[in-house]
Amino acid sequence: MSLQKTIALIGNPNTGKTTLFNALTGLRQRVGNYPGVTVERKSGTIPLQGSAIELIDLPGTYSLAAQSPDEMIAVDLLLGQQSGSAPIDGVIVILDATNLQRNCYLLSQILECGLPILVVLNMIDAARKSGIRIDVRRLSARLGVPVVETCARTGEGIRDVLQVLCQLPPPLPTPPVTPLTLPAALATAQAAVAETAELSAVEALRVLVDTEGYAAQRYLQRCPECADRLAEWRRTAANGTSLAAIEASSRYTWIRQLLRDVVATPAVRTKSWSDRLDAVLTHKIWGTLTFSMVTILVFQSIYAWAGPLMDCIDWLFGTLGTTIGAYLPRGALRSLIVDGIIGGVGSVLVFLPQILFLFLFIAIMEDCGYMARAAFLMDRLLSRLGLSGKSFIPLLSSFACAIPGIMATRTIEDRRDRLVTIMVAPLMSCSARLPVYTILIAAFIPAHAYLGGWLGLQGIVLFAAYSIGLFVAIPVIWLLKRTLFRAATPAFVMELPPYKWPSLSLVGHRVYERGMAFVRRAGTIIFAMTIVVWALSYFPRPAGIAQKYAGQRVATAVLHHPAEAAAELARIDREEAGAYLRASAMGHLGQWIEPVVKPLGWDWRIGMATLASFPAREVIIAVLGTIYNLGDAVDETSAGLQSALRTAHWPDGRLVFSIPVALSIMVFFALCCQCGATVATIRRETNSWQYAWLTFGYMTILAYGAAFLTYRATEWFLG
Amino acid sequence: MTKRLNTLRPGERGIVEAIHGDSAVTQRLAEMGMVPGATCEVVRYAPLGDPIDILLDGYHLSLRKRDAAHVSLA
Ligand SMILES: Nc1nc2c(ncn2[C@@H]2O[C@H](COP(=O)(O)OP(=O)(O)OP(=O)(O)O)[C@@H](O)[C@H]2O)c(=O)[nH]1
Ligand SMILES: [Mg+2]
Repeated sequence: MSLQKTIALIGNPNTGKTTLFNALTGLRQRVGNYPGVTVERKSGTIPLQGSAIELIDLPGTYSLAAQSPDEMIAVDLLLGQQSGSAPIDGVIVILDATNLQRNCYLLSQILECGLPILVVLNMIDAARKSGIRIDVRRLSARLGVPVVETCARTGEGIRDVLQVLCQLPPPLPTPPVTPLTLPAALATAQAAVAETAELSAVEALRVLVDTEGYAAQRYLQRCPECADRLAEWRRTAANGTSLAAIEASSRYTWIRQLLRDVVATPAVRTKSWSDRLDAVLTHKIWGTLTFSMVTILVFQSIYAWAGPLMDCIDWLFGTLGTTIGAYLPRGALRSLIVDGIIGGVGSVLVFLPQILFLFLFIAIMEDCGYMARAAFLMDRLLSRLGLSGKSFIPLLSSFACAIPGIMATRTIEDRRDRLVTIMVAPLMSCSARLPVYTILIAAFIPAHAYLGGWLGLQGIVLFAAYSIGLFVAIPVIWLLKRTLFRAATPAFVMELPPYKWPSLSLVGHRVYERGMAFVRRAGTIIFAMTIVVWALSYFPRPAGIAQKYAGQRVATAVLHHPAEAAAELARIDREEAGAYLRASAMGHLGQWIEPVVKPLGWDWRIGMATLASFPAREVIIAVLGTIYNLGDAVDETSAGLQSALRTAHWPDGRLVFSIPVALSIMVFFALCCQCGATVATIRRETNSWQYAWLTFGYMTILAYGAAFLTYRATEWFLG
Repeated sequence: MTKRLNTLRPGERGIVEAIHGDSAVTQRLAEMGMVPGATCEVVRYAPLGDPIDILLDGYHLSLRKRDAAHVSLA
């Protein structure tokens, strides 16, 4: 089977391009109900008899006048300006059938590109439901291209799409029955630009109309001396008004003609349930109240519902450790498996249910249409800081994981605003922080319950931990926008799509995918870090220690009554384990780190665990599991990490962990950029190491300072 | 002087007469259908007073008051 044709999917944002792409290729790219879900090009193949088509899914755009990096990707591909990729053989233009008029704007521009076109009217189910009737035959005849109705979500009409694609190459559009004509002055100027710069008519129009657009910038880069001429052309064509307005009105005039007698919309627009829902969710009081209730409930449910599942997994690993421990002889191998792998990686995997719950909530929010409302609600606050509501969507996504959040900033027009958003995205509490918070909260925050058990102190503290990043982001954005990234506050123009019932399979798949990603991380980077940490904490093992404690054991047996001897022996075991740990490489390194972390209330073990967590923050759970297993408990079961933390003590016998220490660790992890993948993503998305290190640096300093303050303040407060 | 879009109260509507100015925002608004003849209804203001949620020829669009001031209504 050879790849023969490349076809691109183009359309306005949120029209179901990716849903159609998935239906055609069988892949499962990300879908969500807000504009700007897809921000990079993705390709897949459609197998057909004897041949195959390469299908390219693209970010959505309202027009060929791209304003943001994601729109740029779509437009560049269409105009064949993407370096290193073959030109496309045709396009599928997706139109949202519920909003045909606006969707036809982009279509009118694409028709001028001279590529073979297939028009798909998607969301036909929603259109029918709201009483919109479309005469597809007439539309197809007027446009001179094939038109197919689909409901990509259910798969209706996919066969028709395939059928048209089978008859490749699709016919070039015959000139539309009602060709679009631009005003004479604009057309003349367009021809002049096209001729002098050897551009296609479509590109020439972009150079001319989009005064500050990418096309004009590129044109002037190639031909700096053309600036005056270009300005002159623009002046004569515009004749006192704006070229953009002229282009838009000509196109909409054409669209109205095109759609006359093609689309029948009900005369009175009935208030949809989406509108009524919006009246509540964007209401000053009810909206805020609902949102707070839902989030608090989510945090509460993370405890209440995930708990039993986590206990199951915990028990499973505990039993596994005991069983394996019983078969293996005492020594390095048993220690590696029981203390290192099971005690380390196992204690991370215990958190899988909580992470799934969190993702369930985020996936529902992404698919129901709330994301765009969140941007709408937050725009005012963000505009005071110098950004717009658009930045809020990447920030919200970062609560799941900063990497897709950073990618999502591609929808932001201004480069400086995008950089600011990228730099604060890792401050949002991602799912990898959840295990850190949970273990400390479960061990040290009492489980008080209020409101008849509906609200617990632990849930509230978790909520607070989750909010820290968001609150700290406020001054950081303010500062960045006033120093390194000075720019005017950007505008905010955003479509608010209707609410939809989240699709069960979409949400289910997303949760499954993220769950697998978590397990993979546990099996790779966390596994590797755990082994390194285990080795550092196990070796070297000086012979002197074994001799010293062997002697003590003999003495105990001789001197003590058998009843007392057992307890005494257990104490000796613990001390011996502690001595080994101090003598290990980790113990030596720990002595160096202790002065640095002492001000935060930490002992060297927490310090080392934190240091080891810089590649991936979940490592701290694994490392604490390993270190405390090796250092304290010598009994066969990998005693729960929680109780190990509760009983850990300083050499002088004081407990290591207290509420201030637990809080200071939580604050540190909330604010620190401990994620190699995030640093790499920032570097890739900004094309420079500079911003990656800047982010890493400021967050580390911030985390240290805030952890110090938290420790001191709570110490003082709790007396 | 004609009415501007930012002066409408929730529930009020108007027909777009012209869009003034020449910037990336006004271009985007025009491309999204804010052209002479389009109907605009202000649905609500965000709880903090800005931005506005408007119904533009049947779909919801949100924009700031400052940018809505560029749109004059017939
Ligand atoms: N009712 C209905 N909903 C659909 C249909 N196709 C897609 N959707 C929903 O529309 C929303 C947007 O779908 P996507 O496939 O993410 O849209 P997109 O065009 O790729 O969006 P961007 O990547 O943001 O440009 C999702 O919530 C889909 O479930 C359809 O035919 N009918
Ligand atoms: Mg998409």
